[in-house]
Amino acid sequence: MIIHHPILGPRDAQEFVYLGDASLIGRPDGLTASIEDFHNYTYLRDNPAGAHRELWYHEQGDRSWLVVTRNTVTHEILQVELARDVARAEGRSK
Amino acid sequence: MRYSGFRILKEALTGHKGWGHAWRDPEPQASYDYIIIGGGGHGLATAYYLAKEFKQARIAVLEKGYLGGGNVGRNTTIIRSNYLLDGNEPFYEFSLKLWEGLEQDFNYNAMVSQRGIINLIHTDAARDAATRRGNAMILNGADAELLNRDQVRAMYPFLNFDNARFPIKGALMQRRGGTVRHDAVAWGYARGADGLGVDLIQNCEVTGMRIENGKILGVETSRGFIGAKKVGVAVAGSSSKVMAHAGMRLPMESHVLQAFVSEGLKPLIDGVMTFGAGHFYVSQSDKGGLVFGGDIDGYNSYAQRGNLPVVEDVIEGGMALMPMIGRARLLRTWGGIMDMSMDGSPIIDRTHIDGLYFNGGWCYGGFKATPASGWCFAHLLAKDEPHVTAKAYRFDRFLKGLMIDEKGQGAQPNLH
Repeated sequence: MIIHHPILGPRDAQEFVYLGDASLIGRPDGLTASIEDFHNYTYLRDNPAGAHRELWYHEQGDRSWLVVTRNTVTHEILQVELARDVARAEGRSK
Repeated sequence: MRYSGFRILKEALTGHKGWGHAWRDPEPQASYDYIIIGGGGHGLATAYYLAKEFKQARIAVLEKGYLGGGNVGRNTTIIRSNYLLDGNEPFYEFSLKLWEGLEQDFNYNAMVSQRGIINLIHTDAARDAATRRGNAMILNGADAELLNRDQVRAMYPFLNFDNARFPIKGALMQRRGGTVRHDAVAWGYARGADGLGVDLIQNCEVTGMRIENGKILGVETSRGFIGAKKVGVAVAGSSSKVMAHAGMRLPMESHVLQAFVSEGLKPLIDGVMTFGAGHFYVSQSDKGGLVFGGDIDGYNSYAQRGNLPVVEDVIEGGMALMPMIGRARLLRTWGGIMDMSMDGSPIIDRTHIDGLYFNGGWCYGGFKATPASGWCFAHLLAKDEPHVTAKAYRFDRFLKGLMIDEKGQGAQPNLH
């Protein structure tokens, strides 16, 4: 698979480490969230057959985190964004 | 019809006209007492044991494709019970004991071959870990032996014993482990279940579940609505898709695991060998092909095919262990979809929906579990309580901190 890095261009997926569903960006607030919220965040996944937004880390490159939208049935990569941009758009960082 | 030596003689003398079909191809009835979703190894075993050991009831198995067309037809056929943790080892040892009596039990030649499995050891620390594991196995009624370097060399003199990074120092051996003809397991259970009156309904995909007031009433399928008092789901690989019909999110991801077979070679490896440090394991089929595999590809996938980097990685492992494998040609590769759970262990449990039961999360170790998985799931369906060896396989173990994490990797499914 070739991942089109927003800054570095086309890079082989072998350069990356895979983490999982991009919903992991949305970690609940540790001071207010319930145990169930954290359980659902840590352990439960949508695991869709089709478009899947997921986190890839460019370990052998610029060490950026990417949100890759990929079709899990065909392995086609549909969209690549910097995870930083996605997280900021979701209001995660000040 | 019972299969036997006499039967073969009789059929040989009468032109093989009396064999008939191994199972019926019935139309679905309007309703059943039990519906098992998934006509693979685990689903068929569940139906077989449910009909034979627990309840004489109206039972159907619904399969979206053909029987045994999923992971039971795509694995590397290894059976073993060399687990460490209390939640796992009694279950897998129960499974191995069922394998040992399976062919007589369901009157089908599944070619169960207890040819022995070894896990190679490369360091003192790994020997300590293997010793601990072997003791855990023995405490749970399994067999285990620690082999030294010379004993391994006597078995497999061609291995690269002096690899600079992973010199072979010994092995943990389970002599009762081995291989089974995987398709025959599905066929044997299918024929056995059919003979006990179970309807095996193929080309019947479940497209929805009818749930009212927290109770399941039946399933919508590509062949119409079928009512049921109890529904058991055994569709590992597609678990999240099917359980989404019940509005459930599962503690698992689907990943692709590749396997490989070489051209047919003369007898070389008479047992099963795992090179855990090199992410490679191998056995030799009765046709002579080296059957081997390694890691999952590592990203969510529902495609029954993987990518080339893992092919290279697995074959590098093979070359490190037994360099002459480089002279053999690769005949076939294929991929199957695994339920990779959050702790690397399976789930056999009821759900919050009355009458809906779940069996899945087998990661890449489901084949060896087939008999016990079927037995324990049938036990749960019939008696509404878990079998004694499957008590730990609960949905709520993640909420309660009771994970069964053999590899100690945490909630990172692609590392288990």
